[in-house]
Amino acid sequence: MIAWKRCTRMAASTKSPAHRDAAVGAPLPHDSAHLHVTGRASYTDDLPEPRRLLHLAVGMSTVPHARLAAIDLSEVRSSPGVVDVCLADDITGENNCGPIVADDPIFAVDEVMYAGQSIFAVAALTVDAARKAARRAKIEYDELDAILDPLTAVDRKSFVLPSETMVRGDPKAALAAAPHRVSRRIYVGGQDQFYLEGHVAMAIPQDDNCLLIYSSTQHPDEVQALVAHATNRRASDVTVICRRMGGAFGGKESQAALIACVAAVASDKTRRPCKLRLDRDDDMIMTGKRHDFVIDYDVGFDDTGRILGIDFEMASRCGMSADLSGPVNDRAMFSCDNAYFLENVRILSHRCKTNTVSNTAFRGFGGPQGMFGIEYAIEDIARQLGKDPLDVRRRNFYGKTDRNVTHYQQTVEDNIIDEIFDQLLASSDYESRRAEISAFNKNSAILKRGIAITPVKFGISFTNTLLNQAGALVHVYKDGTVQLNHGGTEMGQGLYIKVAQVVADEFQIDLERIRIMATDTCKVPNASATAASSGADMNGMAAKKAAGKIRRRMTEFAARHFSVPEADIEWKNNGVRAGDTELSFTEFVQLAWANRVPLSATGFYKTPKINYDRSTFSGRPFFYFAYGAAVTEVVVDTLTGENRTLRVDILHDCGRSLNPAVDLGQIEGGYVQGLGWLTTEELVWNDRGQLATHAPSTYKIPTCSDLAPDFRVEIMQSVANTEDTIYRSKAVGEPPLMLALSAFHAIRDAIASDTNPMPDLRAPATPESILNALGTDAA
Amino acid sequence: MTDRTTVRFVLDGEIVEIRDVDPTRTVLQYLREDLGRKGSKEGCAEGDCGACTVVIAELVDGDRVGVRAINSCIQFLPTLDGKELITVESLSPEDELHPAQDAMIQNHGSQCGFCTPGFVMSMYALYETNGNPGRREIDDALAGNLCRCTGYRPIIAAVTRMYAAARPASPERAQLLSKLKNEASLRIEHKGRQFFAPQDVDELASLVKRYPDATILAGGTDIGLWVTKQHRELDTVIYTGRVAKLQTVAVTESHIDIGAAAILSDAVPTLVQHYPGLDEMFRRFASPPIRNAGTLGGNIANGSPIGDSMAALMVLDTSLVLRRGDVEREILLQDFYHDYMVNDLQTGEFLLRIKVPLPTGDAIVRSHKWSKRFDQDISAVCTAYRLQLDDNVVVSFRMACGGLAATVRSAANTEAAVNGKQWNEATINSACQALAMDFSPITDMRASADIRLRATQNLLRRFYAETLDDRLETVYTYGR
Ligand SMILES: Cc1cc2nc3c(=O)[nH]c(=O)nc-3n(C[C@H](O)[C@H](O)[C@H](O)COP(=O)(O)OP(=O)(O)OC[C@H]3O[C@@H](n4cnc5c(N)ncnc54)[C@H](O)[C@@H]3O)c2cc1C
Ligand code: FES
Ligand code: FES
Repeated sequence: MIAWKRCTRMAASTKSPAHRDAAVGAPLPHDSAHLHVTGRASYTDDLPEPRRLLHLAVGMSTVPHARLAAIDLSEVRSSPGVVDVCLADDITGENNCGPIVADDPIFAVDEVMYAGQSIFAVAALTVDAARKAARRAKIEYDELDAILDPLTAVDRKSFVLPSETMVRGDPKAALAAAPHRVSRRIYVGGQDQFYLEGHVAMAIPQDDNCLLIYSSTQHPDEVQALVAHATNRRASDVTVICRRMGGAFGGKESQAALIACVAAVASDKTRRPCKLRLDRDDDMIMTGKRHDFVIDYDVGFDDTGRILGIDFEMASRCGMSADLSGPVNDRAMFSCDNAYFLENVRILSHRCKTNTVSNTAFRGFGGPQGMFGIEYAIEDIARQLGKDPLDVRRRNFYGKTDRNVTHYQQTVEDNIIDEIFDQLLASSDYESRRAEISAFNKNSAILKRGIAITPVKFGISFTNTLLNQAGALVHVYKDGTVQLNHGGTEMGQGLYIKVAQVVADEFQIDLERIRIMATDTCKVPNASATAASSGADMNGMAAKKAAGKIRRRMTEFAARHFSVPEADIEWKNNGVRAGDTELSFTEFVQLAWANRVPLSATGFYKTPKINYDRSTFSGRPFFYFAYGAAVTEVVVDTLTGENRTLRVDILHDCGRSLNPAVDLGQIEGGYVQGLGWLTTEELVWNDRGQLATHAPSTYKIPTCSDLAPDFRVEIMQSVANTEDTIYRSKAVGEPPLMLALSAFHAIRDAIASDTNPMPDLRAPATPESILNALGTDAA
Repeated sequence: MTDRTTVRFVLDGEIVEIRDVDPTRTVLQYLREDLGRKGSKEGCAEGDCGACTVVIAELVDGDRVGVRAINSCIQFLPTLDGKELITVESLSPEDELHPAQDAMIQNHGSQCGFCTPGFVMSMYALYETNGNPGRREIDDALAGNLCRCTGYRPIIAAVTRMYAAARPASPERAQLLSKLKNEASLRIEHKGRQFFAPQDVDELASLVKRYPDATILAGGTDIGLWVTKQHRELDTVIYTGRVAKLQTVAVTESHIDIGAAAILSDAVPTLVQHYPGLDEMFRRFASPPIRNAGTLGGNIANGSPIGDSMAALMVLDTSLVLRRGDVEREILLQDFYHDYMVNDLQTGEFLLRIKVPLPTGDAIVRSHKWSKRFDQDISAVCTAYRLQLDDNVVVSFRMACGGLAATVRSAANTEAAVNGKQWNEATINSACQALAMDFSPITDMRASADIRLRATQNLLRRFYAETLDDRLETVYTYGR
């Protein structure tokens, strides 16, 4: 048997000054891997429960739009085990949990805006008692007219935020003059995050009216602020802690606040600790998802497939409130060039207000939908011209020295998409496989195969410039151990281990000595959400700076103490050499402490170079771009519409990877998640505005067998980030999701035929969607 | 013999005996809330995600120890009686890792880690039952475990590699389990609610007759959700899982005889052995943990219009043996369903056995499942066919469908359009038209009405193509 402690920790080598391998760049396991596999990793619901804890359940609206005529909770109150109930009136502060615009009530007042909106909470002695009681509410609704889809919203001019337009060049003239044109309407569905751990928060009253919140959140700072507002406290009186999440994917960026606010309000009312853990169905009904989009495009192009002008009109389902829909739709606009130079382009973006749950962040944050539009157009161009879409893609790629300015006026300085395509086309054997597939399809009436290669270019940074800041706090203790705190949260993406690797190398010590601490608003204030793929870029830098400060102080001290020039001080192998003196790290720390050198420091980082003017949609919103490409081959049954990926080849750029094992995991996981979005994962609302797919029985994320039997992923070797990021690495959280667009287009390729060259395939490409695209005469 | 009132099972090498058990408390609630064993997670509480997966060990055929993974979130605590419960905590008691755990670390099989304990338990069950699984078997074994982070590649790698490490000494299980052998029936009362676990059929029959309003509990993979999702309170529960005689699967001269309480994992291999054309449908039927608890009898008795086994069993002219008190009667499955979730069972009556005729002649039998996802999805449509040809003339054609009406039922018009005809495309075309007379399906979240019908017609076309070319692959098998 294997001793479990060995696995993630590199052997502590305090005594032997032997060679210490660099931690940065090593494919180390997740810092909690040994806890994950043994069931010892504590998620928020696993934490020891305080005495007198109450469990909460939320009562939700069952209709999409109505005046609340009467709320009768008498049977809820008299239900066994119930201690109290909370309604909007019980909120002492502001009844809002909306992150940007204050339009998201914690509990509905007078009017409900979607089926699933929280109206009240019940606090009971057990989870079961609370959930049973919540169902006993008698609520009378005076139903109002409900808008249930984005197109109706556009018709009625129902928007959560004003529509936005971006224009470059003269798209109208370019379209009018173009020798070829395609225009059509396309649909791409939304997506539930389906983190395996549902939303959960526990509020525990503290001394002198302070409040401690354990929350499964990507954004502890925002939870702190919104709980403070809701409960009439100062931020300094609310502490929010999150050690890890069981997945988040954007779904716990703004949405976690609602759960925490309900727990806080109930805790204040009952003066007891309160925990709210949403049942899976309630979680899916009550909290936001990826926006579904309807995109109209009109593209003009020449004989070679080069785009001359293009017009996009996008309508997205934002739901009943603004939430993060502003920046999500902005990013959809930014991303609708993907890797292509659009000389003449107009993008009109509608942020539709519908009586459905307020949609929110999900890995890619509007980027996937923007890219969906342009990739569809590129494929159509190729199919209209009878070309391989590959050639049309290459024809339109950004150039290196010309045709290299985006439609928002940022110059693309780090373009490597051609290199990626060259390498991937060769390694995937694209050309000969395409020929072989054509031959197969000629002889196969029912099963058809298809193949596609698609690129990804994804801008890295929060488009809201001010969010691009991060803080860290590092302590060194007298025994030579280190505590690491930063504002980033761990949701499985491996942020904690990456940042720890950076700090280990800064001190030239083994990871074994570093204790990674939970994200805690006490340690690092005002932290941005762990989102926009920026976690390691920003927190890695902040932690490096914090550790660097301590190292600097210790170096200066050593120079004085040993009377050697600083240049003669070397940090290596868990120790320090100052001239001829060699000390272990622990000895050195003790010496520094005894000489009253401060051994704790904060670090702060703000992303340089970015500046961007939202009023004109121009400037440099992104520090740099991450690139990748994928070739996917599929087989489709043209009788049943069933489909499966057969082979996937991916080449993705992580700059100089901080941890290739973690990055590989992000690429693979991102691809498969994108595959789900585009194939099996279908959100269905019924005509009563209720989400009909609110559990894994009806909402189907990929399973093991959906992974292609031949799945080859490579990280682009040794291409350093051209920008000065942490060890010249690149962000990798979101970009790989969009690699799955290749699967969607491989399906389209498989079902395209001489009579139906441009199938009207909607995403997700479920069997039903494929049968519809094939048309009735297919069989 | 007097009834027992305590539930006894093995946990971590010790016999646990619990009194005053809430009969519908789930094993997961018990583990997390009562024992504070938080390793098993709740991801859905409906058997679909696998985060709660635990392994059950029990004595089979006398003294052999069998293990199987189940979903603890929908399994009621008293059903553990007489068995051993193995959780993720059980695997590494002394800070030593099981090879499944170590392989997950070495292959980066966890990211957020929330699914991981469940995967580890499914891997452990596989480790104990299959020494060298291929990719297809790995997919099947893990079909009930969802991971949202990794995309599965590293988990599959971990499964493959876990066999490389030295095999850990297996704890002695048989001895303790044999101590739990007990002839007495279990009878629990808790706050006015009752739970019976009789040991023999006669006792079961008299209990069902005596408590006609009782819920008959088999694997609980349907009933579990009534409790965890609909929050129903079940006042009287009669559990069939301890009646050994109801769990047998036997082959007689004329038919396959399946006890109503035989789990799907036991019943399916015999069915598929005789009817290989049912293999794909049964592979896609739920997941191993569900099939390890759920019974064929439960699938039939539940009678959901989207239940998967019934279309196939109908075209095979399966009959059911029902029992009420001392009286047994037999009814064709075909005649069993009256309306949506209404069947022919009388008060105090229960399903005793399922009799599936053995193959005769060279009839072709096949079943198609049509759903958004291959594994662990509920059918939007499920079809089954039985075709007997004589020199390309149809001697007998049977077709039944689920997902198109209030019950699973035969396609009478379609059958009539085919019987006696040449087995050719023209016949299939008219059969497809007849299908539209047989069914007017509804629209729901699984599919819309018109596509349901079209898919069914196309599935029939596919069956036709399969009869012409028995090597014709499906997307499910292609390239794997
Ligand atoms: C995640 C998940 C996936 C699933 N996937 C599928 C699928 O792919 N295809 C499919 O068809 N089903 C599926 N099911 C449904 C379920 O697993 C099956 O219907 C199963 O066969 C039910 O058997 P059981 O023993 O668990 O029944 P139980 O839940 O114990 O009982 C079901 C019903 O049958 C009655 N009953 C049981 N035994 C008897 C008896 N002897 N006499 C009279 N009445 C009896 C019960 O009273 C109850 O009404 C799925 C369920 C889950 C949770
Ligand atoms: S919790 Fe999801 S299967 Fe049990
Ligand atoms: S590791 Fe996060 S769900 Fe599997």
